[in-house]
Amino acid sequence: MTNSWTDIKNTDLVVIMGGNAAEAHPCGFKWVTEAKANRGARLIVIDPRFTRSASVADVYAPIRQGTDIAFLLGVIKYCIDNDKVQWDYTKSFTNAPYIVKEGFAFQDGLFTGYDEARRDYNRSTWEYELGPDGYVVVDATLQNPRCVWNLLKQHVSIYTPEMVERICGTPKDKFLKVAQMISETSSPTRTMTSMYALGWTQHSKGSQNIRAMAMLQLILGNIGVRGGGMNALRGHSNIQGLTDIGLMSNLIPGYLTIPTEKEATFNAYMSTRGFKPLRPDQMSYWQNYKKFFVSFLKSMWGDAATAENDFAYDYLPKLDVPGYDVLRAFDMMHQGKLNGYFCQGFNPLLSFPNRKKVTSALSKLKFLVVMDPLQTETARFWENHGDHNDVETSKIQTEVIELPTTCFAEDTGSLVNSGRWLQWHWAGGTPPGEAKHDTWIMAQIYMRLKALYQKEGGAVPEPIVNLSWSYKDPNEPSPDELAKELNGAALEDITDPNDPTKVLIAKGKQLPGFAAMRDDGKTNGACWIYSGSYTEAGNQMARRDNSDQDETGAFSKWAWSWPANRRILYNRASADINGKAWDPSRKLIEWDGTKWSGYDVPDIAPGAKPGVVGPFIMNPEGTARLFTRGMMRDGPFPAHYEPFESPVVNVTAPKVRGNPAARVFRGDMEQFGNAKEFPFAATSYRLTEHFHFWTKHAQINASLQPEFFVEISEQLAKEKNIQSGAWVRVWSQRGSVKAKAVVTKRIVPLTCDGKTVHIVGIPLHWGFTGAARKGFGPNSLTPYVGDANIETPEYKAFLVDIEPIAGPVA
Amino acid sequence: MFPPLPNPPVQPMPAKFGEQDLVRRSASNVAPPARQLTQMAKLIDTSKCIGCKACQAACLEWNDLREEVGFNHGVLDNPLDLTPSSLTVMRFSEWINPETQNLEWLIRKDGCMHCADPGCLKACPAPGAIVQYSNGIVDFDHDKCIGCGYCIKGCPFNIPRISKVDNKAYKCTLCSDRVAVGQGPACAKACPTQAIVFGTKEEMKQHAEDRIKDLKSRGFVNAGLYDPPGVGGTHVMYVLHHADKPEIYANLPKDPRISPIVEVWKGVTKYAGMVAIGAFAAVGFLHHLISGPNRVSDEDEQNAERLTGGGS
Repeated sequence: MTNSWTDIKNTDLVVIMGGNAAEAHPCGFKWVTEAKANRGARLIVIDPRFTRSASVADVYAPIRQGTDIAFLLGVIKYCIDNDKVQWDYTKSFTNAPYIVKEGFAFQDGLFTGYDEARRDYNRSTWEYELGPDGYVVVDATLQNPRCVWNLLKQHVSIYTPEMVERICGTPKDKFLKVAQMISETSSPTRTMTSMYALGWTQHSKGSQNIRAMAMLQLILGNIGVRGGGMNALRGHSNIQGLTDIGLMSNLIPGYLTIPTEKEATFNAYMSTRGFKPLRPDQMSYWQNYKKFFVSFLKSMWGDAATAENDFAYDYLPKLDVPGYDVLRAFDMMHQGKLNGYFCQGFNPLLSFPNRKKVTSALSKLKFLVVMDPLQTETARFWENHGDHNDVETSKIQTEVIELPTTCFAEDTGSLVNSGRWLQWHWAGGTPPGEAKHDTWIMAQIYMRLKALYQKEGGAVPEPIVNLSWSYKDPNEPSPDELAKELNGAALEDITDPNDPTKVLIAKGKQLPGFAAMRDDGKTNGACWIYSGSYTEAGNQMARRDNSDQDETGAFSKWAWSWPANRRILYNRASADINGKAWDPSRKLIEWDGTKWSGYDVPDIAPGAKPGVVGPFIMNPEGTARLFTRGMMRDGPFPAHYEPFESPVVNVTAPKVRGNPAARVFRGDMEQFGNAKEFPFAATSYRLTEHFHFWTKHAQINASLQPEFFVEISEQLAKEKNIQSGAWVRVWSQRGSVKAKAVVTKRIVPLTCDGKTVHIVGIPLHWGFTGAARKGFGPNSLTPYVGDANIETPEYKAFLVDIEPIAGPVA
Repeated sequence: MFPPLPNPPVQPMPAKFGEQDLVRRSASNVAPPARQLTQMAKLIDTSKCIGCKACQAACLEWNDLREEVGFNHGVLDNPLDLTPSSLTVMRFSEWINPETQNLEWLIRKDGCMHCADPGCLKACPAPGAIVQYSNGIVDFDHDKCIGCGYCIKGCPFNIPRISKVDNKAYKCTLCSDRVAVGQGPACAKACPTQAIVFGTKEEMKQHAEDRIKDLKSRGFVNAGLYDPPGVGGTHVMYVLHHADKPEIYANLPKDPRISPIVEVWKGVTKYAGMVAIGAFAAVGFLHHLISGPNRVSDEDEQNAERLTGGGS
């Protein structure tokens, strides 16, 4: 989230699209209820299904899954056509006036530089025109036909309300109503919040779905302001923490990146991370990259990381591929190229697409270690459960080791919520049976590995034997020790650069924040964005003061928010070019002539003069990008692409199937179904009664929603002679499931490009372990393909067929 | 935001009301209480409810009850109906508004309404099995319940359910145990959107006014409060978007009244009846002395069944 849950109460308009907050985030949804009560805010829900969120919405518009970009670019076009743009914001705070290189173009659904064989682009033309001074060329009048604004205008020109209806199936009058309501927030005194979740990410163009809304929010001037923002609703209580800490194969903590094998040396690595400003006098914050990176290396390897050995840069693994995401890992497992797997707090048998492939991959492993508080299906993947897990146990040789862990209520530590708040919590119970904290288990594995490397040597033992491990009890690092390490400390006296006799931070003291980090090895700090969370003043995450000055919704003394306890990112943009709040009733920070101050920690240097330093300091331009240059694999603008399995062809580019830059592994393309064989558009989702695959283990939750079902419209039920509450079979090119049918008015057939499209809704909470009735998950059916940029699997749009069946014999 | 009730102190505290505050007691009389407690009420705002069933879960948890893991019946409702364990259930109704042609998904938390004029209590033949406190709570005393099921017949909302395990009637107590120590009901505590709030009946009516104003600003011209006078008003009230059509909310009765049979049997005729019973008792005793014990004929039995609406 750019903003926070509590800030949603400040909005005038909530748009829930690509998510279902009432259903999947009911506790956070209270802030939507609050906005309605507080400011008379309106709620719009755009979803293929009339959801629980829609049940309390002012306006609901149906949309075919996987067509969000067409809808959103249609709204952008509507805003441009109707002069509903916050011009001052757009001209000053976005890259709208920047000139793009000659040669960049978009034609027949493809951007310049496409290589069909590699399913990838040469992105060299997706770049600004740079002047002789090295700065980007700007046309403040927006007259130049090659400025970003005019390219955007041209790019969205095809998405007329008629085209939106043709692609999305959204009736034109509903689309226009939504567009009109959204466009009103272009006023500096009205704002809109975008709440989205996996309904946008789980598509082969998931990142671009989010981009499209971010662009809309920018031209409306809704980023950086109270009640605005792009608010990703995270699906697990600590999934934000997972990405912050870098638990992705291509990341290290704080969104720094793992080197690739082309970056063999420290200097080669740093050479592409200079982030020279693209505008005069602009602050480009990533110029501090080296300080954060060196502090991370010092946390990892302590005294073994020295200036002489480039702070042990060689110890870091180097990627030979863009990333070992879950799809790649399981594809490798499937090919027999990966034969051991540690599965910590994850249930891939039900979570990863194409379950048949997942089962086959797990069956090829030599060993599988499952660390989990619950008996997961993954740990039992080898067990035959009839229809629900039809495997031949005798043919599976994988050794499975289960290590029972504690659940969140038995741990002390911090969880990071969607709003980037690190909230400390205390163990509420003791672990049952043999369950152990994950940290204890990891420490045990590490201690044993280290002993083995020390004894036997082996290939490259240094990263293991030299790992910094200075915990009081090496067998179980404490949550406080780990949190302090993430914050960072001074390893030597840190002195004032202007007065070397003046000690700013004494050796051994916790750092007050990342601004104190050094690139010379005098500080450590494993996650720069968390620096400030555990200082000499104590554990800031454990703060529990819920006072809120002037009821701004900031709650700045409650817990701690990264970065630097900032509650709203880009908050400099809440004030106009001169530093005055766009909306005095929603003041956040203002320029008082000498410095920035207000309700939130300024997201800019306190003395950075307005009109000189742009507000988006994490970009070397200082502005937000409507055109992302070469930073996304599938295009500098979002474009409408159909899901890989779609009931209709892409009317904007009939020859293009799916997202042309999305990676498809060998063998998976053949497993995509077509609309002739599989006529119905399926989608997957959560239900409020359950949390993923956990709560089916809890008796009460199981009783509230006991049995797997699929949802279909009354029209499809009639066509297929399906009775509500009776059994159906649903199958795709990859698998088949049996379920109860829920026939509902909440799903209606859509008309897309003249064709009737029926939607089949498939919730995800059932398996073959736990207290609920045995059932299936949608992953038995879904295709093995992910988003072009981050490989989140396409769970939200795929094709199935459905038929009534006799129920199983009891 | 409606101000939430503060958490209770950790040390035990005396109950704020009890036996001395009874205003009604089934099949028996109570002396008028010395004090009048403030009337309390729960307000359920159907326009804020997202149907998450947190109230159902909280009710099961607080009362330490468990519902059996059932089946899907082609709807999201589960369990399908109130049971001796599920003292509250969410009822989901899909309704096409004929004026706008838009679908409205109406979600209503069903459970005891705590009527000011409780039909269950009036119908109950077991002395003290159903009681009403002066704060409005209608509670069951299971030790005294005889499992006859008359309370179900007496209830205009069809709420109590008889347990097959102990053959006693169960319904929502408005968390009388929590209210007795200054807390609101467990469902209200768990509700994430404040669709359920709890306070004095006056506060709830005031809060409802604000909500109705908001709903009218959103085009719900018939938004209103459900506090049906036919049962003397209730201590569980609803804010409805369409207060003119309560029946679209899973058959919420438009004008609930206690069944006339119960009224006739236990109402005005009761006192006349008691006089008559006294006289008949005297006569009967004489008759017994003279003629020996009476016998109940089949016809008598059938008449009695018909009178109470029971039988079958």
